[in-house]
Amino acid sequence: MSVIAIKPYVGEEKDRLENFHGAQILFVGWEDHLIFCAPFCFALPPDTKFGDVVGGVLPGAFSYHPDWAKIDWAKAEWFKSGQPWKPVFERTLAENGLHHKDVLRFRTPGLTGIAGTCS
Amino acid sequence: MDMPAQKKKLGLRERYAYMTRHLGWETTYQPMDKVFPYAEYEGIKIHDWDKWEDPFRLTMDAYWKYQAEKERKLYAIIDAYNQNNGHLNVTDAKYINSIKLFLNGISPLEYMAHRGFAHIGRQFPGEAARVACLMQSLDEIRHAQTQIHSLSNFNKHYNGFHDFTKMIQRVWYMSVPRSFFDDAVSAGPFEFIVSIGFSFEYVLTNLLFVPFVSGAAYNGDMGTMTFGFSAQSDEARHMTLGLEAIKFMLEQDPANVPIVQRWIDKWTWRGYRLLTLVGMMMDYMLPKRVMSWKEAWEIYFEENGGALFKDLARYGIRPPKYLEQIEFDKDHISHQAWATFYQYSALSNFHTWMPTDDEMDWLSSKYPNSFDKYYRPRFEFWRKEAEQGNRFFNKTIPMLCQTCQIPMVFTEPGDPTKTCYRESDYKGSKYHFCSDGCKDIFDHEPEKYIQAWLPAHQIYQGNCFGEGADPTSKDFNPMASVLDYWGVQNGHDNGDFEGSDDQKNFNAWRGMATNNS
Amino acid sequence: MSIVFLALQANDETRPIIESIMADNPHAQLNESPAMVKIDAEGSLTVKRESVEERIGRPFNLQELQINLISLSGNLDETDDEFTLKWNA
Repeated sequence: MSVIAIKPYVGEEKDRLENFHGAQILFVGWEDHLIFCAPFCFALPPDTKFGDVVGGVLPGAFSYHPDWAKIDWAKAEWFKSGQPWKPVFERTLAENGLHHKDVLRFRTPGLTGIAGTCS
Repeated sequence: MDMPAQKKKLGLRERYAYMTRHLGWETTYQPMDKVFPYAEYEGIKIHDWDKWEDPFRLTMDAYWKYQAEKERKLYAIIDAYNQNNGHLNVTDAKYINSIKLFLNGISPLEYMAHRGFAHIGRQFPGEAARVACLMQSLDEIRHAQTQIHSLSNFNKHYNGFHDFTKMIQRVWYMSVPRSFFDDAVSAGPFEFIVSIGFSFEYVLTNLLFVPFVSGAAYNGDMGTMTFGFSAQSDEARHMTLGLEAIKFMLEQDPANVPIVQRWIDKWTWRGYRLLTLVGMMMDYMLPKRVMSWKEAWEIYFEENGGALFKDLARYGIRPPKYLEQIEFDKDHISHQAWATFYQYSALSNFHTWMPTDDEMDWLSSKYPNSFDKYYRPRFEFWRKEAEQGNRFFNKTIPMLCQTCQIPMVFTEPGDPTKTCYRESDYKGSKYHFCSDGCKDIFDHEPEKYIQAWLPAHQIYQGNCFGEGADPTSKDFNPMASVLDYWGVQNGHDNGDFEGSDDQKNFNAWRGMATNNS
Repeated sequence: MSIVFLALQANDETRPIIESIMADNPHAQLNESPAMVKIDAEGSLTVKRESVEERIGRPFNLQELQINLISLSGNLDETDDEFTLKWNA
């Protein structure tokens, strides 16, 4: 639908890729760990290796949780836009087919948060 | 013997008719549709503006008289409150934080409502509607000003009140109330009056200004009680105007019904999302509670809103969408919101804390279906961590909803353990939402919402650093620079309540007020 | 029938008004909260000028209600003599 307006109306997309100085936005949420109230928003160059995101970026955001240290990454399940998805850790974000403002979730089977409450 | 002359006085009905009818005329230098360019493009058809009637039948002369009386009473109480250092009589300095949210976040909206009603008062072709909008416009600037006066009194003693005009435009969570109003004022006049006059006033302000303000009184804050109730006395008229506007549109033409229905759906949802903040204020920020958020919601939304929608059914209006989800979520949103502000406390202009045992027990009793099961374990964990010197400060930027701009903290309908994710693709880009309600709103007018100024993304675009900041320098601290840009004084306005300036000062001053040492 | 309500500040000016509302609307229920009262009534609720005047001993203009009014719900009709809230369904 177009905007109801008195004259032709075109909006400016505020979050175009070009506005991020060479980075792209990647959203990441950890299933069953709502101590982190919302998924996180990162700005990363597309040539960042996926493994570097998991090893270098995510800990800063998630390692506060006592479950973090227990994660077996080989068993982690990944979802992109809610659909099952498999990252290749040695490849970059771009090579993994991740585009600007894609959203990933990961599930860590057996880890269900504080006292098993998904906190 | 002289008989006193009986002056023939006009009745209320006649007086109202004389003061609001036939004041306008057909313009001659320009055609009417050029003089009133916004009157038709939204698709609302009005055949007879004279059918508009303010049920209060209020005319400007009476308006000035009663508003002057309200102001006299209001300032007498505010003066007395300040002369007596009334702020030291509140239950606890924690309470002041709820007022920081209220005064920083709501007062600028009052000003925007003033502008909005002045604008539509100019644009509506009907005189009676214009008179009513003029009064509301004046009410709203009165509210903005009385709230700014109150804010300036609190600002003498407490942190976080010093820069509300900057904060409303910059601080991350302020984009939630601000974008709500931006959305409303950039719509046409009929949508504006549904968004503010109907959804905001009729369905929603009751929750902020009635139980919360009664709670302010209960916590010893006479200042807030008086500006709150004084504002709400005008809101009673605004609600009546909002309802009148809806009925008027529905009665004028059956083609208006689906348009109005869509606006009711949209603005109920937007308002409901905005009210999450009030839910948290009631359940967590009032040291003495009058009623829970859930109880207030049941009285003012379910019972009162339900009655309203039943009444409107005769026009073919159904209750707003997603009521089932809203009903389920009343057990959750206030806790989810407090968890959010607790963890992002380093990045806010007010303090947060974990509830005491007493407060947790109160929350359990008010939320038997949810608190112990989902939130108590989380909060007890945080409390224990804080006691061990590891108070949780989340410093990673969260993902925001494109429509309501709240971090994506809400959970799937019916499952409070799963974050709710929704998305849309538009012109080759992805957009994310916290709910079906927010996604619907975007999908209907995407060209509008792609312009959202999302604080999370603006920070990454480099648009939110303090003056003179050099992000390329070696010792650049992005978070400190963002706080600087927001006007938040790091270490004073933000962080946990425990150990804050506010806590220390309040205790010291209260001590001085009760003994001579 | 749905509930209409009128919420008023609790103060010296509203005491006689609340009293007259309760006398004129036997079906109404008075709920007291800190600093305010909320009067709920099924279907409709009426404030009568004459009843208020009897209690305060002076002429009363129903529009004076605005000064101490906090909130209301229902369709309103106000005349010189009566202030009525009601739901049609």
